[in-house]
Amino acid sequence: MIYRTLFGAPSRRFGSSFADLEGMRRQMERLFETYGDRAHGHTGAGVFPAVNITEDADAYYVSAELPGVNSADLDLNVAANQLTLAGERKISEEAADARYHRREREAGRFSRAVALPGDIDPDNVKAMMVDGVLTVTIAKAEKTKPRKIAVQ
Amino acid sequence: MSDTKELKAIEKQALASPTEQIKPGPVFTPNVDIFETEKAITLLVDMPGVKADALNVDLRDDTLTLTGDVLPNVGTPGEKVYVEYETGRFYRQFSLSEVIVQEKIDAKLSDGVLRLTLPKVEKVTPRRIAVQAG
Repeated sequence: MIYRTLFGAPSRRFGSSFADLEGMRRQMERLFETYGDRAHGHTGAGVFPAVNITEDADAYYVSAELPGVNSADLDLNVAANQLTLAGERKISEEAADARYHRREREAGRFSRAVALPGDIDPDNVKAMMVDGVLTVTIAKAEKTKPRKIAVQ
Repeated sequence: MSDTKELKAIEKQALASPTEQIKPGPVFTPNVDIFETEKAITLLVDMPGVKADALNVDLRDDTLTLTGDVLPNVGTPGEKVYVEYETGRFYRQFSLSEVIVQEKIDAKLSDGVLRLTLPKVEKVTPRRIAVQAG
């Protein structure tokens, strides 16, 4: 689309190069708008696995998609305000005579540290693996929990 | 452990739907492994967060359609603080070249991975027909 405007416009003359530039600028803007929306915190840290973090008054919830990862192969640690997700994804060997047509699923090790936005209670951490999605519930430290202040 | 490779983060493949959707929400292409043995074709499909009752496997003519929905209430409670991945529907379609025994199709979903076994129709032993010169 951009190529055509750059090189292929039949009516391009020197006189209109400003208008061309203006058009290009607009197209770039549109491009950024389209991808800008998706890129909103979405490209992530580029480290496997991608995580989502939510919070409510009592806890932080970290979730990650880890299909086919055995909970025994997972190694979770909390230290200070950091959660470390490490483990290995194994893909079972199939019969020797299996001929592969496609191989998109990957096996391998991973390790990721996630910094949490506030203080946590390291003694109160729960992890669950359901349908290939890991959810770690990390209780907030007492002092970071929101407190109601009575107005006198 | 040291010889296994490091996993890289790959963004989920959002699908540009060929037809307009009725329900809003992103559609993703799940990663698959496909392998074939003498007896069957097996598909392994990564569908994290999909419950068995939200998974639909459909074989019509030669087209195999896999649809899995991650229900929005599956997610964690609370407000979003940081978002790296989105959830939605998984969708992928394959056309099969082999004839499949429909009754014996086996689908298992465990830990977010669907294992679909499609048994092939056993080949009829070829019979040679002798042409007699008359």
